[in-house]
Amino acid sequence: MNPARTETHLRHIAIIGNPNAGKTTLFNALTGMRQKVGNYPGVTVEKKEGRIAFEDGSEAVLLDLPGTYSLTANSPDEKVATDVLLGRIEDTPLPELVVCVVDASNLERNLYLISQVIDTHLPIVIALNMVDVAEKEGIVIDIMKLSEELGVTIIPTVGSKGTGIDELKEAIAKPVELSRKSRQWRLPEPVQRECDELKGMLQRTHHLTEPIAFHEAIVLLTSTAALAEHNDRYDPELIDHVRKDHKQLELLGIDRNSVVVESRYEWIKRVCASAIVTHRRNLNNTSDKIDRVLTHRIWGFIIFIGLMAVMFQAIFSWANIPMLMIGDAIGWIDLQIVQWMSPGDLRDLIVNGAVSGVGAVVTFLPQILFLFLFIGLLEDTGYMARAAFIMDRLMSKVGLHGKSFIPLLSSFACAIPGIMATRTIESRKDRLVTMLVSPLVSCSARLPVYALMIAAFIPQKRILGVFSMPGLTLVAMYLLGLTAALTMAWLFKKTLLKSETPAFIMELPPYKMPSLKSVGLHMWERSMLFLKKAGTIILGASIILWFLATYPKADHGSASERLDLSFAGRAGHLIEPLIKPLGFDWKIGIGLIGSVLQREVFVSTMGTIYNIRDAKQESGIMSLQEHMRRDVDPISGAPIFTTLTAICLMVYYVLAMQCLSTVAVMKRETNGWKWPIFQIGYMTALAYAVTFVVYRVGLLFMV
Amino acid sequence: MERTTLNKLLPGEHGTVERVDSKTSSIKQRLLEMGLTRGTTIEMIRFAPMGDPVEISVRGYRLSLRRVEAESVIVLQDVKQ
Repeated sequence: MNPARTETHLRHIAIIGNPNAGKTTLFNALTGMRQKVGNYPGVTVEKKEGRIAFEDGSEAVLLDLPGTYSLTANSPDEKVATDVLLGRIEDTPLPELVVCVVDASNLERNLYLISQVIDTHLPIVIALNMVDVAEKEGIVIDIMKLSEELGVTIIPTVGSKGTGIDELKEAIAKPVELSRKSRQWRLPEPVQRECDELKGMLQRTHHLTEPIAFHEAIVLLTSTAALAEHNDRYDPELIDHVRKDHKQLELLGIDRNSVVVESRYEWIKRVCASAIVTHRRNLNNTSDKIDRVLTHRIWGFIIFIGLMAVMFQAIFSWANIPMLMIGDAIGWIDLQIVQWMSPGDLRDLIVNGAVSGVGAVVTFLPQILFLFLFIGLLEDTGYMARAAFIMDRLMSKVGLHGKSFIPLLSSFACAIPGIMATRTIESRKDRLVTMLVSPLVSCSARLPVYALMIAAFIPQKRILGVFSMPGLTLVAMYLLGLTAALTMAWLFKKTLLKSETPAFIMELPPYKMPSLKSVGLHMWERSMLFLKKAGTIILGASIILWFLATYPKADHGSASERLDLSFAGRAGHLIEPLIKPLGFDWKIGIGLIGSVLQREVFVSTMGTIYNIRDAKQESGIMSLQEHMRRDVDPISGAPIFTTLTAICLMVYYVLAMQCLSTVAVMKRETNGWKWPIFQIGYMTALAYAVTFVVYRVGLLFMV
Repeated sequence: MERTTLNKLLPGEHGTVERVDSKTSSIKQRLLEMGLTRGTTIEMIRFAPMGDPVEISVRGYRLSLRRVEAESVIVLQDVKQ
């Protein structure tokens, strides 16, 4: 059954607003936790929907449109927003009502988008958000007057405090049709005439609705690029007509690009003049004072690098306490099962396959929580935009945009949101380059691998009394990933995806106190995603790997010999000649095979491998690190893992593409297999080459 | 009043937008949409730590843009008395 059919009685409402206007906070407040995330058909823009429950028990679907400054369709995000509001997207009904979130402290620019939404003729309710901030800045808005000017119901809100939410809900439940003067802004006479004529032609020849015809008429009139693009979409006669219009307007000395924007802003100026009562203009000095330090030539950098350093040091040391506790709890669960179940394959499967596999991953949840706490705070306070502002010069050196920094920074948590965050980048090539290099940045899934290898093999020495060797090694791994990403980006921009450095036109929103609720919600969402992965993919992988490592069963020999003869051992041996030059043995080979799925599987594989070998001695649960440190080559007696092996392994994990989910996202985002396959190829080659060099050079220096 | 381009303003200096003259129409469009239309007053706030991009104040909010992009904004600079 088509689920859409059962929902046809539900009203569909869209919510739209400028970035930083507080749209997400209002969306969360209106829908609570009842949200689902999907994708628009054919494009890569995230589609977020929620349900609003009204007082009378009825419900409506609330669609969260991407944050955008305009409906000009310069980026995929803008295009989706535009198409939804024009009813041009499959599977997405034309909204019956549009909730426009407007930042009251930034009315002029926010009204630009509103003027475009008004043009769609859809019923509108405006949430005039952040009225408290506006008041503090001395901006007093006559809401009655503004409502009258726009012909739209306006509800003042303070999203961060939950003020006005009930009133907003009520206005959405029973929208009042105000008499709206049709299209309030006007183009200068000759342009208006051409526009009307073109609109009429589009309506007649192509049977477009009035709002779509108007939108298209404006696009065709103003943009030469759009005209070329739409060449085959429209009647040749119509295209000829547009070309003539262009020439005519040129003769009249009218700048087609600016005339529409200027006419809208003219209208906005009139609206603001009558609706804003500015008593005094206290500019938000606090943000300025903060920026004087945070974007200072010297201090700005020191603080930026310091913040990053604190973030990693904290992830590594603070998270240690809960990690140990979780580790203990899992050990306890293992013990209980071992005590209460009789020995056999099933107990083996549960203890060595399921519990140890999932347990090894859940242990790293605290680190992931810390990482998302930091990223959430940086985003919510407004520092993220400053990071782009500070880093843009560097990013432009490799041919990228400061905005690429945000996807790259997000990739520290996970390449998947990182790759998805690239959709704010307007140029296709730059977006592709950013997506290609994002997985080189060390994501949280690598952290378990680094953490295991560092804790086991990097000595606990202190340097300069403050920094510890383990901490510095971790920072080095992160820096390696970032360096590799930037170098590869530069290389791609020079060769494969040659194009000009993209524009950098970005708002710097005022700093604000982070909302703990939204940061918390973000952490919760991301941890759940991580746990779900741990619970499904990793559980499945652990069981498969346990099976591969247990069967076919040999009746005699030591645990090590039996593993040697298993499917996994054979596969590990099979690839051993390939990875021997990197200093890896067949056990690491098994780990690498498992990591094809996901990097953190390495840890659970090691857990499974080493637990199996000691399944006979149930004297106690030794930590995995201990096992790995003690493991020796049965022939030579040399340790399997040395500090050098550990470093090589980490380097390999920094650079290699070992994540099926990322491959899947790449496939979806690029609409085909070409780029994900290219990505796997270049990353594997890079990882192999660099690890080889590190190993060979390391052998010269290390004993 | 002195005609110049936005990238030439120093922090603290004010000006009025005369026109945007970018060769790339999408950049021009974006600058206009962000509010840099004719007659809009702007103030140069600061330069990024590495000198580029720059931060300006326009229509009551803060916008950052690169020097190359700022170069395409023709402004009439207020000359201090």
